[in-house]
Amino acid sequence: MTHAITATGLRKAFGRTRALDGLDLTVATGEVHGLLGPNGAGKSTTIRVLLGLLRADAGEVRMLGGDPWRDAVTLHRRLAYVPGDVNLWPNLTGGEAIDLFGRLRGSLDQARRAELLERFQLDPTKRCRTYSKGNRQKVALVAAFSSDVELFILDEPTSGLDPLMEAAFQQTVREVTAEGATVLLSSHIFSEVEALCSRVSIIREGVTVESGTLAEMRHLTRTTVTVEATEPLTGLDALPGIHDLEADTTRARFDVDSTALPAVLAHLATFDVRSLTSQPPSLEELFMRHYGAQPAQPETAR
Amino acid sequence: MSAYAGTGSLLRLAARRDRIQLPIWILASAGLMSAGTSAVASEFPTEESRVTALKGAGSSAAVLLMRGVPVGTDLGALVNFRNLATILVVVALMNTFLVVRHTRQNEETGRAELIGAGAVGRHAPLTAALLLAVLADIVFGLVMTGTIMSSGLAAEGALAFGAACTVTGLAFAGIAAVAAQLFQGARAANGLAATIVGVAYLVRGVGDAIGERAADGIQVVSAWPTWVSPLGWGELARPYGDERWWVLAVPLALAVACVIASFVLVDRRDLGAGLIPDRPGPAFGYRYLLSPVGLAWRLHRGSTIGWVLGGFVFGLAIGSLGKAVKDALGTNAGVIDMMEGLAGGGGGPDLVKMFFAAMMNTFGALAAGYVIQALLRLRSEEAGGTAEGLLATAVSRTRWIGSHVLVTVIGAAVMLLLAGAGAGITDALAGGDVGIGTLALAGLAQLPGALVVAGFVVLVFGALPRLSVALAWAALVVSIACGLFGDLFGLPQLVRDVSPFTHVPAIPAVDPKALPLLALTGVAVALTAAGMALFRRRDLST
Repeated sequence: MTHAITATGLRKAFGRTRALDGLDLTVATGEVHGLLGPNGAGKSTTIRVLLGLLRADAGEVRMLGGDPWRDAVTLHRRLAYVPGDVNLWPNLTGGEAIDLFGRLRGSLDQARRAELLERFQLDPTKRCRTYSKGNRQKVALVAAFSSDVELFILDEPTSGLDPLMEAAFQQTVREVTAEGATVLLSSHIFSEVEALCSRVSIIREGVTVESGTLAEMRHLTRTTVTVEATEPLTGLDALPGIHDLEADTTRARFDVDSTALPAVLAHLATFDVRSLTSQPPSLEELFMRHYGAQPAQPETAR
Repeated sequence: MSAYAGTGSLLRLAARRDRIQLPIWILASAGLMSAGTSAVASEFPTEESRVTALKGAGSSAAVLLMRGVPVGTDLGALVNFRNLATILVVVALMNTFLVVRHTRQNEETGRAELIGAGAVGRHAPLTAALLLAVLADIVFGLVMTGTIMSSGLAAEGALAFGAACTVTGLAFAGIAAVAAQLFQGARAANGLAATIVGVAYLVRGVGDAIGERAADGIQVVSAWPTWVSPLGWGELARPYGDERWWVLAVPLALAVACVIASFVLVDRRDLGAGLIPDRPGPAFGYRYLLSPVGLAWRLHRGSTIGWVLGGFVFGLAIGSLGKAVKDALGTNAGVIDMMEGLAGGGGGPDLVKMFFAAMMNTFGALAAGYVIQALLRLRSEEAGGTAEGLLATAVSRTRWIGSHVLVTVIGAAVMLLLAGAGAGITDALAGGDVGIGTLALAGLAQLPGALVVAGFVVLVFGALPRLSVALAWAALVVSIACGLFGDLFGLPQLVRDVSPFTHVPAIPAVDPKALPLLALTGVAVALTAAGMALFRRRDLST
């Protein structure tokens, strides 16, 4: 497996604030990789380091076989970037901005551009100053996805888009990955990440705390089980790996560590079980497990 | 009265935002007035000298166009003649920017939406902006009056001078309030209001230039165009020349009418919308736009054309003064000394050429102002986030800076060439013999000086981005103070050598020398290269 991006031990400080504190990130070629973390975790800083806009204080980064700082221009020909907060020139029209980004990147597929304008319902004749946040976002999305590139770096690209446009965005990401492109997607929207991403990295305070496929990460966590039997369910509280047990004789609801699941199922099999549902943990739950108990961090890293 | 709810809070907010800017406008004008008043007193101490000067000045249409009309021969009248027209432009611009800043600019940036969602009435933002303008104008007028009186001139004329400033300011606050309703963009609103200032100045000037000489051979009676110009009324109130107080009611009436009109317009439009909507633009980018240089030209186009035209008009005005200088001031030894100083100690015998050499230096300073304004765009693009999007494409940092530098250098060169040629054209029309080509090249010879300033801007942008705006403008002040006025201020040569303009040969008073110009260009290239290298090494910062 080749890697589009490998970063190890990235560090970056702004004055006294440590935005990245030994971050690791590996993105395989052809995958959609989700980058999750609360505000100020270092997502945008990571992306700016990858784009050569910031220079890491320490650590190794390779992207598409090059050094993002040294080889910025040659690498930028092969990637497209959509920032979370799209800033455009107020007196250019959206169409002009799209063509400008395309030309400066090196390539723009006009047929694709027309198709995407239609799909995202964007009027390219309006001046950028009159666009709403969502429409500015669409300008950057159309410009990025009309380019013939290997890597898409998307920093919360759908903030400001309505649900219909969110669906259009997901369809577009699937189209480019079907053609072999790699996508790094930083996002707050769990359903989007669950729908699109094959692998996910969760970062916090500048460190990667969890990274893997969704299946792997679910393996590391708890499954919620609801069970109902015709006879009293006993002995559950004595089993290892069971948490938050709510039981009233014949019914029980609990969370179980994935590693303890076989033993729990074996125990349940000794009862006359009438119904049993189990729910895999959602990404949101994974995320909340990492952050839920913690106070929110102030937004420092930009 | 709920439409005005929150006005007090917004007024305090606006005053706080302007707590540095407005005092600078007012104190700088006071400094200008103070210097202007003492200059008049020292240059023309006797009634005789004033009569000679005013006779000469009053016979030149160009001087009347720039300065207004003489209203008498005492010191106060000369202070009025030399300063009022300029100060009125300053107060007009102060009000224009103030009102637009606190109305349309807030709407454009979306701040007004946040404010409007609070317990704030529909009329409150505009009312607060206008109240701040009223306060600023009253202070401006009082400071002017005080400054003039402190030099020992009569109170009545000083009061008329100050009052003229106040009411002219109010008229332009009203005009800006209307302009702010018309356009969606603050830039467009500022542009319209500033254009009105320029047109008003020109109309007033024409009225004065075609005015009739009074029987005493000194005073000039303005013709009708001055009466229709908002910048003419202050002058028509005649501070220090049998004050005509009632004229000051005219700008007040205009202010009231404009304020009423702007409130009517506020009631008729949506927040953020203008009465003149943006028209749709091209759906595709034309080829000439699609490169870093194309984009840079597009971003600088409007202001560059403005500066170039402004430079040309300035050149035309300066050229028309050449003959007046010869006729009116040729016998005044003090003026000859001053010219020599301004021209950088050229020391030629030809006063007209010395005058033009001195004026070329002001063209150079103007060009330096242009390159600073243009190159600070690098910083605003970086801080505003548009540079991030651009540098994430296959555009190198060097190429990005280079595109802005290229457009700026060409703009400055064209501006200097046209300013010099403009001076040559009007000089030739007035019967002068300096030559259009000579003056055009003399203008262009200022380019290396401006380029050093440009290089300095790139250097501070690369080294200290957050301080670049302040440092760049400080550099302009230093180069003008040390270079243009170094001799007048009596600064030691070492200090004067800091300014690039000290080293520009005083063409056409002296023969052109290639070496200093090449050396200045070399310094400019070195500064630019250093700035680019530092920028390549640093993080993008907001």
